[in-house]
Amino acid sequence: MAASSGRTVGSFLWKCGNFCFNFNTVSSNLTRQVLSRQLCVSAVFHRKNLAAAGPEKFSEEFIKKQVEEFNIGKRHLANMMGEDPETFTQGDIDRSIAYLFPSGLFDNKAKPLMKHPDEVFPKQRAVQWGADGRPFHFLFYTGKQSYYSLMHDTFTKALAVEKHQDRLRGKGLFTQDAKQISLVGSRWLLKEELEELLVETISDHDYARFIQLMERLLSLPYCSAEEDFVQRYRRQLEIQSSKQQVQPLQYDQHGVAYSTGDGRRKTATGTVLLRDSGSGSISINGTNYVHYFPVLQDREQLMFPLHFMGVLGRFDMQCSVSGGGHSSQAGALRLAISRAMLSFLSEGQVETMRQAGLLTPDPRIKERKKPGQEGARRKFTWKKR
Amino acid sequence: MALHRLSFRLRQTVAQVRPLHGSGCGQQQEAVGMELETRPETLSIFRTQENDPACQSEQHLGQYYTVPPSHFHTVFPHGLPPRYQQQVKTFNEGCVMVRQPALELISHLKRADYSKPTMRYLLYGVKGSGKTMSLCHTVHYCSTQGWLVLHIPDAHLWVKNCKELLPSSYHASRFDQPIQASNWLRNFRTTNEHFLSKIKLRQRYVWTKRESTEEGRPLGELVDMGVSRVKSSSDVVGAVLKELRLQAGGTEGGFRLAVAVDGVNGLWGRTTLKKEDKSPVAPEELTLVHNLRKMINNDWCGGAVIATLSQTGSLYAPSSAYLPQELLGEEGFDSMDPFVPVPVSLYSEKEFESCYLYYLDRHWLQHPHSRTEEGKKELIFLSNRNPSVLERLCAFL
Repeated sequence: MAASSGRTVGSFLWKCGNFCFNFNTVSSNLTRQVLSRQLCVSAVFHRKNLAAAGPEKFSEEFIKKQVEEFNIGKRHLANMMGEDPETFTQGDIDRSIAYLFPSGLFDNKAKPLMKHPDEVFPKQRAVQWGADGRPFHFLFYTGKQSYYSLMHDTFTKALAVEKHQDRLRGKGLFTQDAKQISLVGSRWLLKEELEELLVETISDHDYARFIQLMERLLSLPYCSAEEDFVQRYRRQLEIQSSKQQVQPLQYDQHGVAYSTGDGRRKTATGTVLLRDSGSGSISINGTNYVHYFPVLQDREQLMFPLHFMGVLGRFDMQCSVSGGGHSSQAGALRLAISRAMLSFLSEGQVETMRQAGLLTPDPRIKERKKPGQEGARRKFTWKKR
Repeated sequence: MALHRLSFRLRQTVAQVRPLHGSGCGQQQEAVGMELETRPETLSIFRTQENDPACQSEQHLGQYYTVPPSHFHTVFPHGLPPRYQQQVKTFNEGCVMVRQPALELISHLKRADYSKPTMRYLLYGVKGSGKTMSLCHTVHYCSTQGWLVLHIPDAHLWVKNCKELLPSSYHASRFDQPIQASNWLRNFRTTNEHFLSKIKLRQRYVWTKRESTEEGRPLGELVDMGVSRVKSSSDVVGAVLKELRLQAGGTEGGFRLAVAVDGVNGLWGRTTLKKEDKSPVAPEELTLVHNLRKMINNDWCGGAVIATLSQTGSLYAPSSAYLPQELLGEEGFDSMDPFVPVPVSLYSEKEFESCYLYYLDRHWLQHPHSRTEEGKKELIFLSNRNPSVLERLCAFL
C-alpha cells in the first residue's frame, strides 16, 4: 500500500528519455517530457529554486517503482472502499484517506496524503553528460540549454509558418483573414512558471525575449498551424470573482419583500433578515442597535453598505449575532447586510459592491503565539546581561 | 428689554439662516426689507417666540423657546445636564425644545386639584431621550408661576462618592453628609430667594447646646445657618423639608411646592458607601435620603412631586433597564405607587428636523456634507433619533 510518505528523493525521466531518443528529436522530446510533469500554478511561488537543487537525488528506477506502487495502492484503496478501481479519481483518493486516517492537525501539509509521485517528488534536472563526460545536449555549453533550445524551437516554427505562407502566396491562395488563434481568457506563462517548466533559472531579459518571440510568431497570419505549441505556453485566467450566489427575493404574507444573509468575521457570526418596508429600524438580538453598539464606529460599519447604495431609510433589519467582540460582530453584520442586499440590487450595483470590498469576507484571524516569544510578534524583554 | 435683545438676535440669525437655505455659499448682504419679509417664515420652523411655558401648547411642539438669561441663573443653578450647560455657554443662549412629555406634565399641573394629596409624576424612558430636560422645562414653568421649587439635581449624588460620612447627632443609627447637604442648601437659596423671608418657622429647632432657631424666624435664617454650619447641614435640610411640607397647602400665605427629583430610583437602591467596619450603608441610614423619602410620600397637599428615573448614574442596575418597575425595585415602586407615568420617547421626525435646523442655525454643524439630504439621513441612522446620541455626534461635526 503506497501511502507515500514523501521525503525520499528519486531521479527523473530525463535519463530514460536521453537513452531512448536520438539527438535530433531530443529537444522537443525533452520539453514534452518535462511538460508532462507540470505542477499547478499556485505552487509555483512556494517552490524553492529547482535548478539550484543540485544533481538529482531520486533515481529513475525509484520514481518508476513509486509510480507502480501508487497505482497498485490506488486499486487496493478502491477495493477497500468498495468503489470501482477503474474510475477511482484523485478526489476519491483524498476523501478515502481522510476517512481512514482522520487527523486532528490543522496544517494541511501535515495531514496524511496519497498523491501521484509526480506531484510529490520535485522535478530535478538529470545529469546532462554521459560516462565519458560529454554532454548530451548540443546547447549544453550555453548554460541554459532548455531555454535556448526552446527559443530555437519557436524560431524554427516561425520560419516554417513563413515558408508555408510563401508557398501559398506563390499559389495565389494567400488570404489575410485566415483562422486566428484565440487568445481571449488566457495569459502568457509567468517567468516563475517558465522557470519551473524548463527546470532552469532565466533572467528577466530572457523571459522578455521569449515573450517577444512568441508574439512575433502570433503576428503571422497563418500561425494557427502551431496553435498547440502556443497554447502550451498560455494559462487560462481564473474566473473573476467567485460568482456571488444571488438568492431570489422572497415575499412574506403581506407582500413585503425580504431576504436573508449571513456573514462571519474572526469568531463572530451574524445573520440578517432584510425587509423592504420603508422604515429604518434595526434590532439586534432583540435590542435596539444604538443600545447594542454604543460605539459610533460599529454603527458606521452597519451603515456602510446601505449608505453606499443610497438606501438608508428603506430597509427594516432584524439581526442576530454571536461570538467575537463588538468590532468583529459589527464586521460580521456588515457582510451579512451586504449579502442580503444583493437580491434587491441589479448586476451593475452588485459589481460596484464587490469592488468596494463589501462582499469580501475579511480573512484576518488572530495570529498564533510562538514559543520563545511573549505573543505573536512581541518578543520578551531583551536584557543585555 | 429682554424682548428688544431677542429681536436683535433674531435679526442676526436671519442673516445667517438665509444663505444656508439658499445656495449655501458665503454671507450675502441682502437689503433689510427682504429680510423682514422672510423672517417669519424661516424662524417659525424651529423657533418660537413664546418664551413663557404657561402659554405653550401643541402648536409649539418641536420648536425651541429661549429661556430668558435673567431666569437662567436663578432657576437652574444646579439642575441642568452638564453637556447642556456647555452647550448653553457655547451658543450664548439657553434654548429648550417644547416636547410632548413636558407639555403633558404642565397641563396636568395646571388642572390638578391642590387640596387633595400630592400627585406624583414619573418621567421614564430610554437613556438619553430627554427626561432631565423635560423636568427642567417643568421646573421653569413652576418657577414662572411662582411656586417654590425644591429641585434635587441627582439623587444618585447622595448615595455614592461621598467622602465624609458623619454619624448623625439627631438619630444614632443614621449618617450625615455635610458637603452634599450644604451644597444643596446653597443652590436652594439661590433658587427661592423671595420665599425665604416670607415663610416663618413653626417650630423651635435646637442644634447644639448653644445654637437654636426659634419659632417664627424666617426660613432664610435657617438656610443660612445650614450653609455656614456645615456639620449640621443635613439636619437643616430635614428641617427645611418638614417646614415646607407643613406649610405648602396652608390657606394663609399658601404657596405651591414643587418637588423635582432627578434620578429618584437612587433613593431605593443600594449605596456604594461603607461604614468604618466595611459593611454597606443602606439608603435609609442616610439622613438626606430618609428625609427626601418622607417628602415624596403623598401625605401632604398643595404641590406636586415630579421625578425622573435615571439609569445613567444608578448603581447596580443593568444598562438596558428603563422601565419604572425595573429601576425602582419593589420597595421604590410601592412607595411611589400611585403615580402618573409619563413616557419620554426619542425624537419624532418633526423634532429631529427642528433640532437639526437649530444646530445648522447655530453653525454647530460645520461639515459641508452635513447640510445635504444624505448627511441628514446618515445622522438619523447613526443616532436613531436619540437626542443625546445626536448631540454627541454633532459635537465633532
